[in-house]
Amino acid sequence: MSFFRVENLGIHFGGVVAVDDVSFEVKRGEVYTIIGPNGAGKTTIFNLIGLLYPATAGRIFLEDKPLAGSVPHRVAQLGIARTFQNIELFEHATVLQNLLIGRHRHRAASLWQELLFTPAARRAELAAREAVEQVIDFLDLAKYRDSLVAGLPYGVRKVVELGRALATEPRLLLLDEPSSGLNPEETDDMAFWIEDIRRHLAVTVLMVEHDMNLVARVSDRVLALNLGMVIAEGTPAEVQAHPAVIEAYLGKAA
Amino acid sequence: MRFLFKTDYDQDIRLFKHGGQVFWYGLLMALLLTAPFTVGEYVMSQLHFIFIYSIVGLGLMLLVGFTGQISLGHAAFLAVGAYTEALLQAKGVPVFISLPCAALFSAAAGLIVGLPALRLKGIYLAIATLAFNVIVEEVITRWEGLTGGNSGLHVKPVELFGVKLDGDAGFFYLCLGLTVLSILALMNLLRSPTGRAFVAIRDSEISASCMGVNLAKYKTLAFAISAALTGIGGALYAHKVSFISPEQFTLLQSIELITIVILGGVGFLHGAVLGAAFLIVLPQLISLAKDYLPANVGSSGLQAVVFGLVLIGFIIFEPLGLYGRWLKLRTWFELFPFYRKGMFRRQKSYMKSERLR
Amino acid sequence: MNQVLQLLLAGVAQGCVYALVALGFVLIYKATETVNFAQGDLMMLGGFFALTSSVILGWPYWATILFAVAAMAVVGMLIERLVLRPVLGQPAFTVVMITIGVGYVLRGAVTMMPGWGTDTYTLPTPFSEGVFKVGEVIFAVQQVAVICMTAALCALLYLFFRFSRLGVAMQATSQNQLAAAYVGIPVRRVNMMIWGLSAGVAAFAGILLAPMTFVHSNMGFIGLKAFPAAVVGGFGSVPGAIVGGLIIGVVEAFAGRYLPEGFKDVAAYVVVLVVLLLKPSGIFGETARKKV
Repeated sequence: MSFFRVENLGIHFGGVVAVDDVSFEVKRGEVYTIIGPNGAGKTTIFNLIGLLYPATAGRIFLEDKPLAGSVPHRVAQLGIARTFQNIELFEHATVLQNLLIGRHRHRAASLWQELLFTPAARRAELAAREAVEQVIDFLDLAKYRDSLVAGLPYGVRKVVELGRALATEPRLLLLDEPSSGLNPEETDDMAFWIEDIRRHLAVTVLMVEHDMNLVARVSDRVLALNLGMVIAEGTPAEVQAHPAVIEAYLGKAA
Repeated sequence: MRFLFKTDYDQDIRLFKHGGQVFWYGLLMALLLTAPFTVGEYVMSQLHFIFIYSIVGLGLMLLVGFTGQISLGHAAFLAVGAYTEALLQAKGVPVFISLPCAALFSAAAGLIVGLPALRLKGIYLAIATLAFNVIVEEVITRWEGLTGGNSGLHVKPVELFGVKLDGDAGFFYLCLGLTVLSILALMNLLRSPTGRAFVAIRDSEISASCMGVNLAKYKTLAFAISAALTGIGGALYAHKVSFISPEQFTLLQSIELITIVILGGVGFLHGAVLGAAFLIVLPQLISLAKDYLPANVGSSGLQAVVFGLVLIGFIIFEPLGLYGRWLKLRTWFELFPFYRKGMFRRQKSYMKSERLR
Repeated sequence: MNQVLQLLLAGVAQGCVYALVALGFVLIYKATETVNFAQGDLMMLGGFFALTSSVILGWPYWATILFAVAAMAVVGMLIERLVLRPVLGQPAFTVVMITIGVGYVLRGAVTMMPGWGTDTYTLPTPFSEGVFKVGEVIFAVQQVAVICMTAALCALLYLFFRFSRLGVAMQATSQNQLAAAYVGIPVRRVNMMIWGLSAGVAAFAGILLAPMTFVHSNMGFIGLKAFPAAVVGGFGSVPGAIVGGLIIGVVEAFAGRYLPEGFKDVAAYVVVLVVLLLKPSGIFGETARKKV
């Protein structure tokens, strides 16, 4: 049984083939990274996994169950959480509220219980708060707890988004360029957290990333894409040394 | 300035955050409960309207302010509530059954409108709700057998357990009670997952769906709850004005209802009540002012002009509405003399486009 | 068959007016992403300006048109400068509400003006009540004139957008404001011009409509029918606005003739609901997906 696997995935927008026949498998508990130059189709793969785009070919399996034919919110309810390249937070809500929305898939009370705020609804709410406070502790967000997201600096928002994904208690965490827009220090923190997420929370991570230092530091295996196609797969060192990868990034030797 | 030291998760979710709130809301409640004995008939009548419009405003606030969906058709829900109540009451159905029925029928209408909301956004949703409003109005006009068409329907005062609530006081307590219940229900909703899902949809649909929020379900739910509250408002409205006809539920009415939300302050429950009060008081002030103005200025157009200017003025100078103004005032006093301009300024998002290119 | 042609003609004539008001909606929407709910009221005000110049001042028809269009262009620019510019960048819905406020003010202000008030007026036109026959079909001169003048205005607008510097600048602004600003187009001033243009078109529509419905302070509510027209065509499309207006006009004419009473009034809204159900962004509208 495989934990998560993608088979022959493909999508084209009009005549442009964005992702072509991509297959890979992520093992439980590892950090698996997809790299590739701009326009290689990395984020598109995430959008296909999240069912935001309908795939034109191929299938996606979580624990051997196909995701196809489902809708985005079902994917989240199965335990796949993601972050976004350009941050998609709930801007006019506080950090705490943002993280609480991450608890959505664990809600326990019915509408009527919520309208009347019965003891059951209160218990569910307290449990949600407790889980979220743990994430706040874990990511050191306590001082931003009650601030509006709209006013926070970019680096903090990035962490809030990671926290929101963690608050869903995911089985598989998709990170779309976790280090983009972060300074070296913040990137270092991010690497630390990704290692911790894997080690202490036992969450499998699938990540798209450009920063090769970060990739080499946290990844178990790396998949290199170019123009929507797989060009190499292996340990970070293997992929970095692969001639096709070097060619994709630097061009052909004259 | 008050600092709260939180030692318990419960502190974050309780309705009253500190003793001061309990005191002030308690005082307000006490004043309102004694109002029938202290204020005159005229003020009492205005208070009825304020509560009725507050309930409607609360419904709209949930939809517009918290879920981010636009509706230019809420007068239709008001109509559904009003006519349901009028017709059931004429059949002798007691009010504690007919009122929930009015809410239920309106909610059903809300579900119907909510369905296109799944595919439509922004201006396209606005036009769909607007079209719905016009069609409902026309149906009411033409379905004479049921609704009496343009000649309208008469509605009797509320009767509760054989007691006629035609006196000002009885009806006042009914309106007050329903308003308070609506506020409590919405406050409960907003501190639970459902309310947060609404806010999530407002701020980022894509993100919400990636967090497991079923967009279809929650959007229609928001429409249904909003319509239900508006339906209750409609039922009370029917009793209050005792005569209903299609021209009370036109598009202009819908637009007036929306202004409750805008004037009160989008995104605050307080805003719904303040906006409703303002909408009721404004015409009274205008008619008072008319006596001092020259004849052609004091014509029927004056109300429209003032109303329009107030709307424009609020949006330009106080986009957070009456409640926002109050927040600023309060902060000013709390921080005196350290308040600085721009503490509440929101970041402008220049041309954050709905279209993509 | 003749009757069908007859209805078609009446529908197209009425549709032309819807189309022109819808055109005003679309011009402003494309440039500033604002839905101008006061568009109908701008048309109404244009009608009153025309009334002033033709009845009170006794000017000829062509001068009336020029006067009303020019006056409204100024009014449109003033509205942009005074009301819309301060709220640039606020959420779309807020801006919609402010145009609703503008509509209220215009409607109310007209009734306060000496000589205008709440009465109903007729606007004299050189096109007599006459008719002429081609085969069995009776053409009303009035309707033919409306259609011809609309066509002429559309041609003029087409040439303007295609060939004049300002027209091209307007197109660029409505495509991408930031990029337009970077290449040196004064975006704010262009936005103001677009409001002026749109208000001018509204005045023209008001003059065309006046013989059919008379001039009064509530004639602007016809804007509420042009609104569906703009949506049917796809809100951001100029040809869409024209097509949408014609569709609504024709459907209305036929609904008035062949369907029970009441359907005529809601025809526009039923059409828009059906179109939105089939194609959520109108006939000519583009569907776009948010990028993450």
